[in-house]
Amino acid sequence: MQSIVGPLLAMADTPAAAAEYVAPGVGPAYALLVPVLPLIAFVLCAVCAAMRVKSKLPAWITVGLLACSFGVTLAATMAVRAGGPMISHGFEWINFSWGDGPGQAFVADFSLYLDSLTCLWMLFVTGLATLIALYASEYMSHDVGQGYNRFFAAFSLFVFSMACLVMADNLVLLYLGWEGVGLCSYLLIGYFYKKPSAVAAAKKAFIVNRIGDLFLALGIMLCFVHFGSVEYKTIFEQARPYMELLTQGRIAEIPAIAQIIPLLLMVGAFGKSAQLPLYVWLPDAMEGPTPVSALIHAATMVTAGVFLIARAYPLFLISESALPIVGWVGALTALLAATIGMAQFDIKRIMAYSTVSQLGYMFAGLAVLGSTAAAAHVFTHAFFKAMLFLSCGAVMHGFAGQLDLRKLSGVGSMPGWRIVSIAMLIGCLNLAGFPVITAGFWSKDMILGDAFANPSLQAIGWILLLTAGLTAYYTFRVYFRVFAGPQQYEMGDEHHGTHDDAHAHGDHHGGHGHEPGHGGGHDKHDDHHDHDDHHDTPHAPGWAINTVLAVLAVASFAILIPLKSGPDAGWVGSMVSGSSARTIGDAAYLHSAHGAGHAHATFFGFDAHKAMLVVSSIVGLVGIGVAYWLHRAGRTTAATARADALLPAAGPLARWAQNKWYVDELYDAIVRKPLLILSHLFHVIDRYLVDGLVDLLGWAPRGAGRTLRPSQSGQLHGYALGMAGGIVAFLVIVLLVIT
Amino acid sequence: MSLMNAAYLAQTGYPELMAAPTLAHYLLVSALMFGIGLIGFLTRRNLIIMFLCTELMFQAAGIALVAFGRYHLDFTGQTFVIFVLTVAAAEAAMALALVVLLFRSKESLDAQEWTELKG
Repeated sequence: MQSIVGPLLAMADTPAAAAEYVAPGVGPAYALLVPVLPLIAFVLCAVCAAMRVKSKLPAWITVGLLACSFGVTLAATMAVRAGGPMISHGFEWINFSWGDGPGQAFVADFSLYLDSLTCLWMLFVTGLATLIALYASEYMSHDVGQGYNRFFAAFSLFVFSMACLVMADNLVLLYLGWEGVGLCSYLLIGYFYKKPSAVAAAKKAFIVNRIGDLFLALGIMLCFVHFGSVEYKTIFEQARPYMELLTQGRIAEIPAIAQIIPLLLMVGAFGKSAQLPLYVWLPDAMEGPTPVSALIHAATMVTAGVFLIARAYPLFLISESALPIVGWVGALTALLAATIGMAQFDIKRIMAYSTVSQLGYMFAGLAVLGSTAAAAHVFTHAFFKAMLFLSCGAVMHGFAGQLDLRKLSGVGSMPGWRIVSIAMLIGCLNLAGFPVITAGFWSKDMILGDAFANPSLQAIGWILLLTAGLTAYYTFRVYFRVFAGPQQYEMGDEHHGTHDDAHAHGDHHGGHGHEPGHGGGHDKHDDHHDHDDHHDTPHAPGWAINTVLAVLAVASFAILIPLKSGPDAGWVGSMVSGSSARTIGDAAYLHSAHGAGHAHATFFGFDAHKAMLVVSSIVGLVGIGVAYWLHRAGRTTAATARADALLPAAGPLARWAQNKWYVDELYDAIVRKPLLILSHLFHVIDRYLVDGLVDLLGWAPRGAGRTLRPSQSGQLHGYALGMAGGIVAFLVIVLLVIT
Repeated sequence: MSLMNAAYLAQTGYPELMAAPTLAHYLLVSALMFGIGLIGFLTRRNLIIMFLCTELMFQAAGIALVAFGRYHLDFTGQTFVIFVLTVAAAEAAMALALVVLLFRSKESLDAQEWTELKG
């Protein structure tokens, strides 16, 4: 990592950072390989699946092609650093025109918009995808010949979709990628499709995302209606007059319709990035295999919402209401998810809630005009959160699906678990914001500083500061319970990926610790003889998992170099400020609240950024200290800790937090139940009214037939009489009419 | 009597009783034959008699056709009847064969024996 970053850093002082809007140039064609290589990997894995390959071939295909894709991204990054934003044209995709004037053509090409923001995102997407695919090659090894091909096919397709999302040069291609990552997320959450809870979680993720996607689609349509194009270059060009109005303080002259667009895009971002009120799908998404949780539901896909806002940042800046809403939603999500995370026992769920919480930080960062800080936090978070998930996954892999922190203790001192526990510790330090030495500290600190420096949204800063303390606590609660302390464990009773059932089982037994080697739980599950090796003793991770964790551990420190290579997030900051996500230190909502002459706010008279270095350090260390005192100091068993004694003091709050503040139940009551009643109502209407009408139509000829049938007596004379009578009657009528 | 004269007479009608018959006479004969055939068909149950009755109605229609053809000086009616007679002959052969088969199956010619084709 360091050797790669070196030459890139050399170009950190290119004029891109200070430049005004630059029309994008023509990009290199090889950049198209970034999405195309994962697509090839997908096709090859699909072929493997069709041919029922029973080896690790699809994993090596995926790892190899994704690594190539990462290499191409590096080359493209260097080109962008040298030449500014560029568009690499692929092929004409959609092109309708009904006139020659502006806004009379709908053009959406398969073209890639390469600017520094795109490159920053693609660097960690492809880099982490390569590492996690390598990890998965070992993690998923129990599925070789079964779901292994399917897993890597969906994995590659995800990277392709993510590349489309991030690199698109227009909103329609972004939407294609947006839906593509949603589909892959659905496929991978539901990977263990024989497990009802996994299927339910997959459906939940898909359906909740639909709500956000609807608004995103509406936003794109409104974008086309207003700007006459869905291509970024045109939109940014059209938005420039508004930016000038903004800098001149003439907010009222910005048309209202342009201010609605970001509101719609924002809801789409909330859905994909799991923010209030659409965050409920993400914790359930942990039903998927852990590598998927690490890549899609922690590091990359869920940052798509942050990317969308950063990409369309000029549109957000000119809106008076969008950014404050983004900020409050982000801050409240961060706090809510952190409180839930504090009370969970499933370590993977805790990580899931911490992801939701950290995504809230990123949104709040965008809202307080800290787009650099937000993007830097996305960047650092991707590394340490992937590492945390992969460490949890290693534990889960080794302990037969055991994820309950009351049943695991002292894993770090067991033989073969050293790398995992070091990686976990580094990840926890980053997430908790351990001062100075961790990248997570710096990126989180920048968000906090920007929040306190913001004259309108200082309250968000206080919420985020409180959340930072809670985050440090629940992060180290996991570490001190699972990786430190006396050695004790109880094996999970399920195979990989079915941890939820294991968790339920654990609840029934109230968490009795067992001495190592006793292998508790297997007495109840003698029928699982084929998995005996998983049930009796933990097996330490193999080379692939250890390599990936070691690389990530090094990388999470190495990213300090691009982050601190200069002022204002160094290289990472220059990547953001050289793109559309550039903060101009001004936003419409500041004007409407403070008039034209608004100044930076201070933290009790001190410069907010400098004060935060101290304050957030103290808050983080206090959180870690509390976790140590409650969950490590003097703890002798896995199941109990000093924190248990404090629970009664918290009253019902602890139980409410453990039950996730009953948000799922609330949604059940206000959304699912009414829908269920409505659908039952429609069912009744369908069953009796619509079906009744159709049945009537079918019944009428049958009834008529039944009444007329006796006339077909089979008696020849009857027919003859009928015919004669008919003729007579006809003649009589004719005669009557004539005369 | 030449053909033209006969045609003239047939068209104008001849008041004298012993003169050539007019269209009305022919139609009356045709109607009577048809009525007899119809009544026979409706009242009798013997298949052969019923068949003969249908033939009677057939020929009644033929007479009417020829009479009208003559009345309108159009040979189409007569031509048509020639064809109908030919077809009727073939049909009679077939119908009688059917009657024989029906008789063989139930040893009876009663039309009411066969009522299987009912709704």
